[in-house]
This record gives sequence, C-alpha cells and structure tokens, in this order.
Amino acid sequence: MVDATFDLALDSQARGESLRFALRRLAIYAFLGVFALIYLLPLFVVVANSFRELPEITQNGLIALPHSFSLKAWPQAWAHYCVAGTCEGVKRNFFNSLYMTIPATILSTLIGAMNGYVLSKWRFPGSETLFICIVLGVFMPGQIALLPWAYILGALHLSNSVYGLILVHVIQGLSFTTLFCRNYYVNIPDDLIKAARIDGAGFWRIFFKIILPLSPPILIVTVIWQFTGIWNEFLFGVVFTGGTQQPITAALVALATSQMNAHPYDVASAAVLIGAVPPLLIYLFGGKYFVRGLTQGAIK
Amino acid sequence: MSNTLSANESIQAKASFREKLGAWTPKLAIAPGVIASLVYVFGFTLWTLYISMSNSTMLPTYKFVGLKPYFDLWSNQRWKIAYGNLFYFSAFYVVLSLAVGLALAIAIDQRVRGEAVWRTIFLYPLAVSFVVTGVVWSWLYSPDAGIEFFVRSLGWHDFTFRLTTNRTTAIYAIIATGIWQSSGFAMALLLAGLRSVDPDLVKAAQIDGAGPARIYRKVILPSIAPIFVAVIVVLLQFAIKTFDLVVALTRGGPGISTTFPANYVYDLMFQRGEIAVGAAAAIMMLAALAVVLVPYALWTVWRSRREAAHG
Repeated sequence: MVDATFDLALDSQARGESLRFALRRLAIYAFLGVFALIYLLPLFVVVANSFRELPEITQNGLIALPHSFSLKAWPQAWAHYCVAGTCEGVKRNFFNSLYMTIPATILSTLIGAMNGYVLSKWRFPGSETLFICIVLGVFMPGQIALLPWAYILGALHLSNSVYGLILVHVIQGLSFTTLFCRNYYVNIPDDLIKAARIDGAGFWRIFFKIILPLSPPILIVTVIWQFTGIWNEFLFGVVFTGGTQQPITAALVALATSQMNAHPYDVASAAVLIGAVPPLLIYLFGGKYFVRGLTQGAIK
Repeated sequence: MSNTLSANESIQAKASFREKLGAWTPKLAIAPGVIASLVYVFGFTLWTLYISMSNSTMLPTYKFVGLKPYFDLWSNQRWKIAYGNLFYFSAFYVVLSLAVGLALAIAIDQRVRGEAVWRTIFLYPLAVSFVVTGVVWSWLYSPDAGIEFFVRSLGWHDFTFRLTTNRTTAIYAIIATGIWQSSGFAMALLLAGLRSVDPDLVKAAQIDGAGPARIYRKVILPSIAPIFVAVIVVLLQFAIKTFDLVVALTRGGPGISTTFPANYVYDLMFQRGEIAVGAAAAIMMLAALAVVLVPYALWTVWRSRREAAHG
C-alpha cells in the first residue's frame, strides 16, 4: 500500500517530465516539418504541374492537388517546344550540357589531382606560393574573365561551340580541383611516399599505385562539385554560345522569359525538371560522400 | 680502351640526363595546367584592368584614358543602385542563411528520427541551379498562379503576396530565394561541426549544471567558429557573383530596382557596347570581393601561426 502511493507520486513527477519532453520533441518536429514543406514546395510544384493539363493549371493555380493527368508536356518540352528560334524542345540543349559537363568534369578533376599531388608531395621552392596563386582563382568573379575569354575563344575559333565552353570550364575549375586535392593529399603521410621511393618507385608509379587508390573520397567531392557547378552554370553559356549551341540553363531562361502572356506552365515545368534532374541524381546518390568529404578537409 | 671510356661516359651522361629529367618530371607534369591557371588569374585580371582604363566601346581598344570609365560608371544611377543592392542582399542573404542553417542543424542534432531524410530535404536545393530556382520561385511569387492565388483559393480573398511586382520589395524575393537555395549548405557544414565537438567537453559542462541552451552558446558554438567563418566566406562569394538568380527571377526589375553588379556588367559589355565601363564595373566587383577576402586571408594566416605557436 505504501509502495503504491510512493509509485503514484513518482509517476506524476515522471509524467510531468515526459510531457515536457514530448512537447519539446513536438516543437522540434513541427519546426523541421514547416521548413521541409517550404523546401519541398518548388519540387512538388514542378513535378505535379509537368503532369497536369494547362487549362486545369490556369484555373486552379500552380499550388493545387492535380485533378487531371497528362503526359503531353514531356515530349513537348523534350523535342517540340519552340525555344530561342528553333522548335526542337530542349533536347539539343540537354545534350550540349552533357557533352560539355562530362569532359570538363573529368579533365579538370584529373589535372587538379595531378596539381594537388605535386604541390603536396613533390614540393619545390615557390610551390606554396604557386598553390595560393592558383587558389585565388576560386574567388574570381566570372565577369573579370568575360572579355579575355571572348578574345581567346575567338582566336582559337571556338566561339559558339561546346568545345569552347569545355576549355573555359576546365581552366576555371582547376582552382577548385587543385584546392580540394592538395588539401586532401597533404594528409597522406610522407613516409608512405618515401618508402615507395626507396623501393624504386618513380613519380608516375607513386601517383598511380599509391595516391590514386587513396583518392576516391576526394575525387567524389571534386566530381560532384564540378559536375553540378558546370551543369548549372549560366553566365559563360549565355555569353559564349547562342541558339542551338546553348547549354540547358540558357535555354531554360530563354523559355521562361520569352512567353509573357498565357504562360505554358506544363511544358515549362517538364523542361525545368529535365534541366534539374542530372545534378539532382548526382546529389541524391553522392550527397552523403560530398558533405563528408567537404568537412573532412576540402574546406578549411 | 678509349671506346669503352666514351661508352661509360655516355652511360653516365644518360644517367644524369635521366636524373635531371626525373627531377623535372613533377614540374613538367603540372606546367600546362599551372601556366593556364596563372594566365587565368593574373593575365585575365590585368587585361580587364587595362581595358577598364581604355576608351573601348563596341570592341576592345588599347588607348589609355585613365580612370574616366570609372567616373562614367559611378555617375550612373543604375550602377549605384546595383552596388547598393549587392551590399543589402549580401548582408541579409548571408546572415539569414546562416541563422536558418544553424537552427535546422541544431534541431536535427536533437537525435531526431529519420535524420537522413531531413538532411536530404534541406540540402537538395544546393544541387539545383540558380536558373531553375529563379524560374520556379518567380512562378510561386506570381500573383495569378502562385502563393497569393493559392491562399486566396483557400478562402482568404484579400490576401496579397506580391514581392516581385513592387520596386521596394522585389529585393526581398531575391533574398528569400537565395536563402532557400543556400541554407541547406550552411546546415550541412554546421551539423558536421556540431558532431565534431569533443563529447567530454559537453559532458563536463553538463556536470557543472549547464542547460542545453547554455551548452550550445558557451561550449559548442564557440568551438566551431572556424566553420562559421568558412560558411560565411563561401556564401559571400556566392552573393557577390549573383547573376543567374536575378536574371531568372526578376530580370532586374521592376524597373531597375533589382539590378545587380553582375547583371550590369553583362549589359554594359554585351548589350550596350560600353566595354570599358563594363570592365570597370567588373573590377569594382573584384574590389568588393577583396574587402571580404583580404581580412579572411589575414585571419587564416593569424590562426595557423597561433596554432603553430601553441603546438
């Protein structure tokens, strides 16, 4: 009996505690939930509207549960819609972006890895200064480079071509890739390199047999950074290319800003999604490694 | 006899040639990339700097006119608005992205369920281009289809939400959209920072009787100060380069109210054929960056020296 009353008293105290705890948890989840709704709203809007019929969108607005279902917008956006003077959808621009982004990402990553390897493991007088000078490029606004690039691309007959954009993005990206790789390679013990040299391994052998096998964490960061950055880039695309040579970002702006009245939200939503999917996929599959790699040393 | 000697010599010569080559291999391997980078960083900047003091109009010319393009630039009302917008936008965008990111990071740090899902939701905008972000948010801000239309359809008939159609509020639409895009980045880095704090430090504070709010304020946040600084620097340089977001969201309007320096540079160089003034504007953007970066660089050097001194 005494035990029971004692239990009861403890119980009510514990209930108070657990109530406060539950309220606190509720507040945390409510806070996260509200922000999650705001963050997901644009995604919901483009996905939903790419499958709705245009009259239904204009009647009920963009933010509404779908009352109609149609796949028409997708082939329209991909291959038939008129953007920037040609009626071939965004297909060509999508492939321009792909043909630009893949080589530029691979090249800038490889050259950056080589730069990082030399600047961390084969230092020479002045190599630290050289590193700082290269990294300054990270902060350079693209506007500074517009006139020089326009001149150089013209001289090389690469204006209005995907190859010109590849060149621009490789050289602009070297600052980032060198920074990431060098900061990562610095943490590889020098003794490992010394031991390999005593065993007779040379510059290239050490790079391919020791450094590269240790590199996947930083190469993932570099590739994700470069791919999303180059795919999403707009300034150089809109300045150095026109019409059928433009990357997808430039085409999307042309599409979104050309139609002033009776905006084709259905087709535009599909086009926007087509333009957003590659970096989103890369991020969904690699985001975890990206954040881990960034915090492990890329940003210091 | 003399034959073998010369053979020996040639072997030696070959060996020393290979040694020399070996010593040069690392430098040769990176030479093309490094030279291109140096030309890009210094050559391009000096080139644009020179053009900014020339009388170029439609095409670059090399006749030196001193600071005249800069005076032309600063006598222009649109440029003053653009430069003012840059500082106004940067301050709100950086501070609020950081605040939202920190709040989200602390909330997620309370051992919530489904942490990976929350993190993914808040971080995905980072993978979306400013162009896509700007286009979609411009729809949401639009009165005839977006948020205002939605709230009115729920029954609140005189609700108004028209940030982008008003000269004084359009900049807040750009700020809010920028925060949507970037606060997840701040969240991710700050969360990683919160996790890296030495648990013994937190335990010691708990034993001393400090509550959770106090522990965050006095123990955890000060120890991740370097991450705050890194995030601020990254966000600031995003802010200064802001171009695509404005093009896709407001096109600098209504009127010229949301012109940004990056947009104005583009207009001057490629729409109006005032290359020298455009180059001067680009140099002013670099100057704005230097205001941010030089103190940061000095702080980094100071911190690494202090760490070296303390072991």
